Amino acid sequence: MERELTCIVCPMGCRITVKMRNGKVEGVSGNTCPRGERYAIDECTDPKRTLTTTMRCENGEVIPVKTDRAIPKDKMFECMKIINSSVVSPPVLIGDVIIENVFGANIVATKNVMQKEK
Amino acid sequence: MYDVSVIGGGVIGGLTARKLARYKLKICVIEKENDVAMGASKANSAIVHAGFDAAPLTLKAKLNVKGSEMMERIASELGVKYRRNGSLVVAFDDKDRDTVTELYERGIKNGVRELRIIERGEVLSLEPNISDDVVCALYAPTGAIVCPYELTVAAIGNAMDNGAKLYTNFEVSDINKTGEGYEIISSNGDVIKSAYVVNAAGINADSIAAMAGCDDINIRPRRGEYILLDKADGGVVSHTIFQTPSDMGKGILVTPTVDGNLLLGPTAEDTDDKTDKRTTPNGLSKVLDRARKTTDRIDPKHTITSFCGLRAVGNTGDFIIKSNGTGFINAAGIESPGLSAAPAIAEYIVELLKNDGLELEEKSDFNPVREPTHAFREASAEAKNKIIAEKSEYGRIICRCEGISEGEIRAAIRQNPPARDLDAVKRRTRAQMGRCQGGFCMPYITGIIAEELGIPYEEVTKSGKGSEINIGKTKEI
Amino acid sequence: MRDLVIIGGGPAGMSAAAAARRRGIRDILILERDGRLGGILNQCIHNGFGLHKFSEELTGPEYAWKYEEQVKELNIDCMLNTMVLDIDENKLITATNSERGLFTVKAKAIILAMGCRERPRGALNIAGTRPAGVYSAGTAQKFLNIHGYMPGKEVVILGSGDIGLIMARRMTLEGAKVKAVCEIMPYSGGLARNIEQCLNDFGIPLMLRHTVVEIHGEKRVEGVTIAKVDKSMRPIESTRQFIKCDTLLLSVGLIPENELSEKAGVELSAVTGGAVVDQDRQTSVDGIFACGNVLHVHDLVDFVSDEAEIAGNSAAEYIKGKKNDVISVKLTTDGKIRYTVPQTVTAKKDMTVYFRVSDVYRNVRINVRNGDKVVLSKKKQRVAPGEMENITLKSDMLDNAAELRLELEEM
Repeated sequence: MERELTCIVCPMGCRITVKMRNGKVEGVSGNTCPRGERYAIDECTDPKRTLTTTMRCENGEVIPVKTDRAIPKDKMFECMKIINSSVVSPPVLIGDVIIENVFGANIVATKNVMQKEK
Repeated sequence: MYDVSVIGGGVIGGLTARKLARYKLKICVIEKENDVAMGASKANSAIVHAGFDAAPLTLKAKLNVKGSEMMERIASELGVKYRRNGSLVVAFDDKDRDTVTELYERGIKNGVRELRIIERGEVLSLEPNISDDVVCALYAPTGAIVCPYELTVAAIGNAMDNGAKLYTNFEVSDINKTGEGYEIISSNGDVIKSAYVVNAAGINADSIAAMAGCDDINIRPRRGEYILLDKADGGVVSHTIFQTPSDMGKGILVTPTVDGNLLLGPTAEDTDDKTDKRTTPNGLSKVLDRARKTTDRIDPKHTITSFCGLRAVGNTGDFIIKSNGTGFINAAGIESPGLSAAPAIAEYIVELLKNDGLELEEKSDFNPVREPTHAFREASAEAKNKIIAEKSEYGRIICRCEGISEGEIRAAIRQNPPARDLDAVKRRTRAQMGRCQGGFCMPYITGIIAEELGIPYEEVTKSGKGSEINIGKTKEI
Repeated sequence: MRDLVIIGGGPAGMSAAAAARRRGIRDILILERDGRLGGILNQCIHNGFGLHKFSEELTGPEYAWKYEEQVKELNIDCMLNTMVLDIDENKLITATNSERGLFTVKAKAIILAMGCRERPRGALNIAGTRPAGVYSAGTAQKFLNIHGYMPGKEVVILGSGDIGLIMARRMTLEGAKVKAVCEIMPYSGGLARNIEQCLNDFGIPLMLRHTVVEIHGEKRVEGVTIAKVDKSMRPIESTRQFIKCDTLLLSVGLIPENELSEKAGVELSAVTGGAVVDQDRQTSVDGIFACGNVLHVHDLVDFVSDEAEIAGNSAAEYIKGKKNDVISVKLTTDGKIRYTVPQTVTAKKDMTVYFRVSDVYRNVRINVRNGDKVVLSKKKQRVAPGEMENITLKSDMLDNAAELRLELEEM
């Protein structure tokens, strides 16, 4: 069986063809870098996504956050629920871990919030 | 108990309230929307007609010529932009030439000054971008342009500054005659008592009249779609250019606005739906096609916005301005040239009130002057810096396209009549009215309104309840 | 008098400032209208930035921070909350802020880095009512990501530009239902990866050759009517369908913000909407440079940074007194290639020429022609209007050339 994918690793958006047999990847073609191959294999066996969103601060503002690595694609909404039910208190620096180990990733801040704004 | 209540916060209601505010009277303006100038007063051609259109001896003719003569002074007192740019009715063939001649003769009878017919050469010297097909034109140097919603806001603001009260979101659902006058009842059950009532309710003037027992007025809305083009196109023509009129109106015009944009329109389409302010693909393309007949220098890609207004067409062919004999004055059927005639209509209404027994005693402290809302925008750099030194928020520009400062936006929310939604801020300051249509500044203005009114950010509306910009906080929905 | 004034503190402005500083210009001032540096990146909280410049995948705020740090470390002056109102041909800048009021600054060189704005509803002349709930995608993005408010919960998106696609995902993650993305063209204006990860991941339909013909609802959007369009982009009556929604987001194009450039007398390109520039990103006005989305709309911020470095370096050389104008070569295109940046060449050196095509093409050659002679030819598997391409010219290709023409050859 063959699967056609659009690579999402970088903006080039390569069209990748993956040959599958019995749920296993037998060959990847069309990619132009090793990251593409990695993506294609993951996408066919264990699809993952980096989640970026915002989180409420104690002062009512929002701060942008992300998963520091890709999490299983089908866990995105569950991950959103966990983030949405949490509150962070500034100061926060880029890269600070705000929630540990959510579906194998940490939720980290992607913006500096030095003090309580407003 | 009010002496006079004016139903309808449009240009007629506004100028009537302002006229009344110079007397020792307790007056109020009643408006069903969240802001004033929400009906035909914000969606019309923004023209002060010279007065050659209406049939001689009609109220339309009399009040148009008179109102047009009064407008310049009123605009200057109220700090409203007004420009006597002159108007042209252009003819494309012999049939049009006949119409132009007819209009000329009518204008002379109506008492319009300086009117004359000019041939192609002179048309071209006045308007170099005019179509090759124009053969001659009726030239009316007394024609002018004004910003109709600015005029309305300023008139009501000036009335309020002189003691009038404004009720918004007060939708009149019933009117009772009492021994002392009238009870005006809102759909929420609120009651305003008033000795005299002026019905200036625009397209709803017939139903308001009926509540007071006047069943002979009937208003049929006539849709008019418009297209407003970028300021880059404001100089395509300098005069207001009409095509010859038909029985459905004065035809599609092309005119600069006082703020420097170019306005095209309107269409004319009768409807029975008093809420139908949709623009339609047909209507908009008709506006473009017809406007291009006047000049080919029109680029629809430069559209800032398009909109539709409902003219209040009455059942007599003339303005219907009369008393019921017991202190209830109807001002209905105020279609074109209603804006031009408005100052004279206001005077006429006050005369009718007087005839019904209203005592008019001048106040000694009436101040006819209102600080222009665009004063800061147009001040010299030096004058601006004086203001900024005192009020630093005038130094921070919020609307980049129109160059509007935080100070001007806050002032619009604090001034009479207070702006309480995004569209109201737009009409008063021009913030969000430029090329990006608020794309950049809307989130900031939303914050300023929330702060000034002391309401949560998510409760800020575009144009009153039900038009909230956001539906709530993220994470909480 | 300042050596270098940069209008705009977004990715282009910051990168240009850092480059000029490193080339030895000490006296630099960035004028930024917002309360912080970073420009639009602050609200682009999604990832996908920085692979080219930093070999890591960053979010917008993280990418911006990399440059904010440089601006701080290099001690570059910034005035925030400061709006530039005017620039004249003598490089006299008029600006305003709440501390200083209106003031003027004269600059030896200016870099224009004002970015772009979104095309609003008016420009499309969509018929219907004018209720709350119609926003450009970037405005909605700001409400959501900066202010923390939800603009709506049942969404139709018109236009498949990248911001629209990103917002489809973002609104979905925050609990909204995105019912459709309508695109009037037969192809998307956004990056293929964004179709995949923003629409396909969430089962959001991309309706090509469709547009919104009418907006419904008096106070708030209650729905939109969409329709398929024919080859000449006219809606087909029989395909009209109503979609119930409370929000319509517009992602129908970006327009370089060149009102200031025009005031300064800078010649603009009708195709890009930005200035006509040479390889140094110098405009038609001596000493005024332009870079980033104010010059032409980019799909990748990494290339904005690259371009801004060129402008920053060139402005530095200009301030130091270096003159170009050794040669004059025009870069022209065949229409299939819509435009190039730069459009002119005034110095003999190697350079990367950026360009966009006007349609989706597969298996093509990009040829650079000097008269009858093809001096460079490069194969491309697929090119699309939504994806900026580039080709590198070697200095010897400029020999004996008055014009180099970029052509797209279909194979």
